[in-house]
Amino acid sequence: MSRLPIGLSGIFWALAGVAFAVQFFLSKAYIALGVEIIIVVAIAVLSRSVQGRNFLNRMKLPMLAIISAFIVGGIVLVLSDLEFYTKFGLNPIGTLVSSLGRVAEAYGALIVGALGDPGKITTALASGQANKIGIALRPISETFLATTPLILAGLGVAVAFRSGVFNIGAEGQLKIGAMFAVWVGIWIPVPGPFHILLALIAGIAGGALWGFIPGILKAKTGAHEVITTIMLNAIAQQIMLALLLSPVLQPVGGTTPISMPIQASAQLPLLLDLPKLRVHYGLVIALIAAAWTSWLMFRTTKGFEFRAAGLNPRAAGYAGMHAGRTIVLAMLVSGGLAGLAGASEVLGTTHYLSPTISPGYGWDAISLALLGGTRPGGVVVAALLFGALRAGGPGMALATGVPIDLLAFISALVIMFVAAPRLVREIYRVKLNATTPSTPRPQETRT
Amino acid sequence: MRLRLNGITKQFPGVLANDHVSIEVDRGEILALLGENGAGKTTLMNILSGLYRPDAGEIVVDDTVRAFRDPAEAIAAGIGMVHQHFMLVPIFDVTDSVTLGSEVTRGPLGVIDRPAARARIVDLSETYGLDVDPDARIEDLPVGVRQRVEILKALYRRSDILVLDEPSAVLTPQETDELFVIIRSLAKAGTAIIFISHKLNEVLEIADRITVLRLGKVVGTVIPAETSQSALAEMMVGRQVQLTVERKDAARGPVVLAVTKLQVRDDRGEITVKHLDLDVHAGEIVAVAGVQGNGQTEFVEALTGLRAIDAGTVTVDGVGIPSDPRAIADLGVAHIPEDRLRDGLVKGFTVAENYVLDAYHREPYSSGIRFHRDAVAAAATQAVADFDIRTPSIGTDVGSLSGGNQQKVIVAREFGRTVKLVVASQPTRGLDVGSIEYIHRRIVEQRDAGVAILIVSTELDEVLALGDRVAVMYAGEIVGILPAAEATREKVGLLMGGVR
Repeated sequence: MSRLPIGLSGIFWALAGVAFAVQFFLSKAYIALGVEIIIVVAIAVLSRSVQGRNFLNRMKLPMLAIISAFIVGGIVLVLSDLEFYTKFGLNPIGTLVSSLGRVAEAYGALIVGALGDPGKITTALASGQANKIGIALRPISETFLATTPLILAGLGVAVAFRSGVFNIGAEGQLKIGAMFAVWVGIWIPVPGPFHILLALIAGIAGGALWGFIPGILKAKTGAHEVITTIMLNAIAQQIMLALLLSPVLQPVGGTTPISMPIQASAQLPLLLDLPKLRVHYGLVIALIAAAWTSWLMFRTTKGFEFRAAGLNPRAAGYAGMHAGRTIVLAMLVSGGLAGLAGASEVLGTTHYLSPTISPGYGWDAISLALLGGTRPGGVVVAALLFGALRAGGPGMALATGVPIDLLAFISALVIMFVAAPRLVREIYRVKLNATTPSTPRPQETRT
Repeated sequence: MRLRLNGITKQFPGVLANDHVSIEVDRGEILALLGENGAGKTTLMNILSGLYRPDAGEIVVDDTVRAFRDPAEAIAAGIGMVHQHFMLVPIFDVTDSVTLGSEVTRGPLGVIDRPAARARIVDLSETYGLDVDPDARIEDLPVGVRQRVEILKALYRRSDILVLDEPSAVLTPQETDELFVIIRSLAKAGTAIIFISHKLNEVLEIADRITVLRLGKVVGTVIPAETSQSALAEMMVGRQVQLTVERKDAARGPVVLAVTKLQVRDDRGEITVKHLDLDVHAGEIVAVAGVQGNGQTEFVEALTGLRAIDAGTVTVDGVGIPSDPRAIADLGVAHIPEDRLRDGLVKGFTVAENYVLDAYHREPYSSGIRFHRDAVAAAATQAVADFDIRTPSIGTDVGSLSGGNQQKVIVAREFGRTVKLVVASQPTRGLDVGSIEYIHRRIVEQRDAGVAILIVSTELDEVLALGDRVAVMYAGEIVGILPAAEATREKVGLLMGGVR
């Protein structure tokens, strides 16, 4: 394996290079230049302070993981093209160049699909026509829309991981939260903003309940949360289907498992009142939740207990903390955040509940919690990446014919590289900071 | 020369573990390798046994330069290791354990020739006076015998360069004496022996030559007749060392800790502490000696609320102890746990966070919900100064400190508040001499301030140096309590072996 000696700034240069290459193929070099300048300035500013350098150090592993995943994804894209094999023998260099072009085209389309076409955005803004602006901004709005539940569920998973509880039940907690929220949204007649508030609280309560069950089981009986949360995911799905086919949620005379719409008073308002833009106040709620989680984990005594239990449950017990209580509380918070993700989806995005309420947000949440180093800020950034992949995928598939499954493959690769820091270190020959929060693993806790 | 290591250098990230280390040992010779924890002894032996490859330097066996790519090659060259932690399968018998990995087979089908193997083991055992029953199951054997099985394993593989890594750590003094007889008989038969230790009296007793390592470098090689304990200690540490703890007589006060008929079970439900009676008075140090695994861990855990009490009573100042570690700490009990990174510290937390690990929920560190990082930082900064904790900053991960400084963080936390009773388990395990001196001095200071102190240690030297009274624990019981004046190495050693 060849080893590239890459320093800290080298990583960002490489990233900038990739961006440049992609944009070059799309003949939009001026944007690439802009990206380069922004990145270089950002590094220069950050590396002037200690905190900035720590931040850059923390970013090393995830950045390299992402770059590596896209590189491997590109290789697979090339190798999975049948034409590549038939033409390679005849004209190796030409074939390679055109294959790389295809990769760049696909990634370019992904970026445009996730963030929008800068050219179109500029002309639309210049024209001042609401309709045009809406269409131009739709990709980035869709990215933020997908990011919203990912942030919330990701925060939930991160809180649990930090506390040493391997909660992989965000998917189920999200669904129960969505059910609670939609029920309040349909049936409880409260005026105006209180309706939204009550529905959101119901969502949190539902998720917290679904987190409490594995929490109390682990605390009282030692039942492993990985097993119980997986089981509860399946149970949540079945409860949701049953309720969707019952008069509790199904409209009278309905035949499909789709709920009645929630009342208008329970709908989360849109962020921008422009046509085609669906991004809503759930995003703001998610960002507030991230700030709150950060406060909880690092500025409160409970957060101290969570982190101590996550890093060394034996020492936490020795210091007089109660393992059982910490587990239950962490699972309540974790489930509550995932439940809020479900609430935000039904109140802001769909306005009704259907079995496809979550296209795997709860599973992505596990990945992005790890990618984000189980830090709230990291979760937000990682959720943006995953949201962009989700939102940009269809555009990429449509424009270039590259199957959307490539993106699932790439997100899996990102996690693989994050989980295997030694591999990344070997490939790039970089020193990864030892203080990078290690991936919490399920630990046996004596209770 | 049977074996020579020439200029061995090994660099680990941030540490030069071995810096041009050269040692040599000939047939029939016993070389002691003396050094503190972290001096590079283990790294050197891992290089010799083929686990690590040196960055520079060479291994010369019988005047031929060798490079071991794996342990198998080292074994083939005649190098046998007896590790500190035994590598035996508990449910195997001695014959199977010894032959494991180098079974003798016969016939085309490779049937294991057990009788032949057994005969050789009996023969080896008799030749060197190992006295091992080839049919006994490993799990039924005492630690001392298990160690001899390890030696047998090396001999069975025709090793004639035998490396013993801290072999006396798990033995009573009497068992150590028996081991020394065996080592001498092996040397007489022509085996080259490398004896690794940090115990001065032992190396003086057994070695033909002593090579001292400090911070990865060879400080010098001496012969026992021309040196002394204090000279060796100075070589090992690099400065004058006080080998005994200076202290006044104990001013004994009333009983603080009273343990009556205590019974505790271990994780498997076995009774590991039984009918244990022990009093500790204010202003005295009671040191509990004993070979590892005689119930000391469970005893201490029961005292500090980490393990349920099965029967009997434990009182502190006449009050029965609650079952909750925090409530016990609130009674004025400080606890230095036996394994600092497992129980005492949270790796990944900063020095400051670890300093308040048991007080984070109290004023001034917290007012209800909020955790006041400024107050924590102020208190930790003070503690770092008061207890001479060498750390780059209070925001440094405690896991990156040296063992001695990690222990100081715990001592600072536990002694930083007013206590009546200190329960210290292996308080200086794995520490350098400087830190040991420091911790001992702090403990004696606490005693002089009228605190009752219970020390549990497997290091006999520590027990004898600190204890105003020495209690000996064997098979879960206190088998004897001796005042300091009567606690000789021999008497305590016999009790440690269960002889009353």
